[in-house]
Amino acid sequence: MKKLLNDPENAVADSLAGFALAHADLVQVHHDPTYVARVGGATTGKVGLVSGGGSGHEPLHCGFVGDGMLDAAVPGAVFTSPTPDGILPALHAADGGAGVLAIVKNYTGDVLNFDLAVELAEAEGARVATVLVNDDVAVENSTFTAGRRGVAGTLCVEKIAGAAAMQGGDLDDVTRIAQHVVDNVRSMGVALTACTVPHVGGPSFDLPDDQMEIGIGIHGEPGRRRVRTAPADEVTRMLLDPVADDLELSRGERVLLFVNGMGGTPASELYVVYGRARRLLEQRGVTVARSLVGSYVTSLEMQGASVTVLRLDDELEALWDAPVHTAALRW
Amino acid sequence: MTLDADWAERWIRRTADAVADRRDELTALDREIGDGDHGENLVRGFRAVVAKLDARRSEADGSVGSPRLVGDVLKLTATTLMSTVGGASGPLYGTAFLRAAKVTGHEAIDTRTIVAMLESALDGITARGKAEPGEKTMVDAWTPAVEAAERAAGEGDEADALRAAAAAADAGATATIPLVATKGRASYLGERSAGHEDPGARSTALLLAAAVSALDEETV
Repeated sequence: MKKLLNDPENAVADSLAGFALAHADLVQVHHDPTYVARVGGATTGKVGLVSGGGSGHEPLHCGFVGDGMLDAAVPGAVFTSPTPDGILPALHAADGGAGVLAIVKNYTGDVLNFDLAVELAEAEGARVATVLVNDDVAVENSTFTAGRRGVAGTLCVEKIAGAAAMQGGDLDDVTRIAQHVVDNVRSMGVALTACTVPHVGGPSFDLPDDQMEIGIGIHGEPGRRRVRTAPADEVTRMLLDPVADDLELSRGERVLLFVNGMGGTPASELYVVYGRARRLLEQRGVTVARSLVGSYVTSLEMQGASVTVLRLDDELEALWDAPVHTAALRW
Repeated sequence: MTLDADWAERWIRRTADAVADRRDELTALDREIGDGDHGENLVRGFRAVVAKLDARRSEADGSVGSPRLVGDVLKLTATTLMSTVGGASGPLYGTAFLRAAKVTGHEAIDTRTIVAMLESALDGITARGKAEPGEKTMVDAWTPAVEAAERAAGEGDEADALRAAAAAADAGATATIPLVATKGRASYLGERSAGHEDPGARSTALLLAAAVSALDEETV
């Protein structure tokens, strides 16, 4: 595996250094401990939004720090959740006096480290609410697992909660809206190849040329089942059907369709998936009212994609449309 | 053999050596059923603890007579692991050492305290991670270790209790191989998680083996 790196041990730090320089108008990168906060600090009176997780999913989460989305983000080592000593100052940096919402992907490590940090922040007098994102329908029976994982739907939660906070919602409002997104967003992903964590040096799992993993998470872990590779239309159906079924979409509903690349799949292929997913939704009588196509929640250089569907209502649609200005998402 | 702060320090240093020696094995186990970072994370965490122990030792040079408590070493280990390991194992091992530190605030610890230390560690892991025995997690190494230490403590000394705990943790880790994971990262694999040893259970066995090896004052 060839990578554009210097010392693999410094992969995250070197990348963040460049990120800080490229987006100095939006973000400030803090070191020891590492976290990324908006330039100018917390907005007085606005609910602060913080998220974080292992690195390797760029532009998630640091690329979403800015106006109308996150106030701070905490990157961990590659595919490893950040530690409480980084999360705690990020919670404080985002606190403009109106409380802080932590948006946490439902992975055991992320949940445990955020729990510890939130406990510490509360002990220091901060008011913090937490929303767990668990949009991954690949995890079928959450009674027998650590529960559904947070994957690409996290972008929808961060965008929409960010807009709600920007428009002056209080901590309860912003938390309710974030939870409302979580309740109405579902995703499913496929990997065509594994990815290679820089300091490990070998692929995170073995995947033969003629096989693909259906139902992958985003931390380089293998999926629920392995099947033979198939044309894009068939693969798209394997992803879209469980998502739409789980949402129990009915005729006449409006949705946001988000086709996300895992890092190594070109935009042209993502649009192939998007086209098929859209036709499948339309066959169900569902209107695709908003769309997003691109690599936003990635697994390093993994080839593959995920399909995310968010059931829309007037409130969510307006918040999705609200202005956003971050390194990776802006309109 | 006195189980004092020097023993606790040797325990942590030998754990650092053990996870570094077995880094590839832990990574390979985690690669099968997790995300392949367990070895790296523990090596990074215990290296950081050793660096702090070294720094503290050089600061302490020249000062005489201040009591050194087992719990102090374990607390330093806890806070350092929490802030350097990440993943699920950072908060879990961090909480384990923090709880263990609370019952070992002594200059030397006896058999009863060894058992209490292991029990507290397990309670902390269970409280934080909400896993139960049989779910293919580090709890499957800690639980038999605590039970074995309790049994051994009835008849033997603190070294016997530690040896029994380490042997039981090793067997407990091996016994995770056929289990289907229902907690933690491996649970996403469902049935496919069977046939692989749980990396957290294996690292627990290494940790407790290091506690036994630390009984020997000679450098290994």
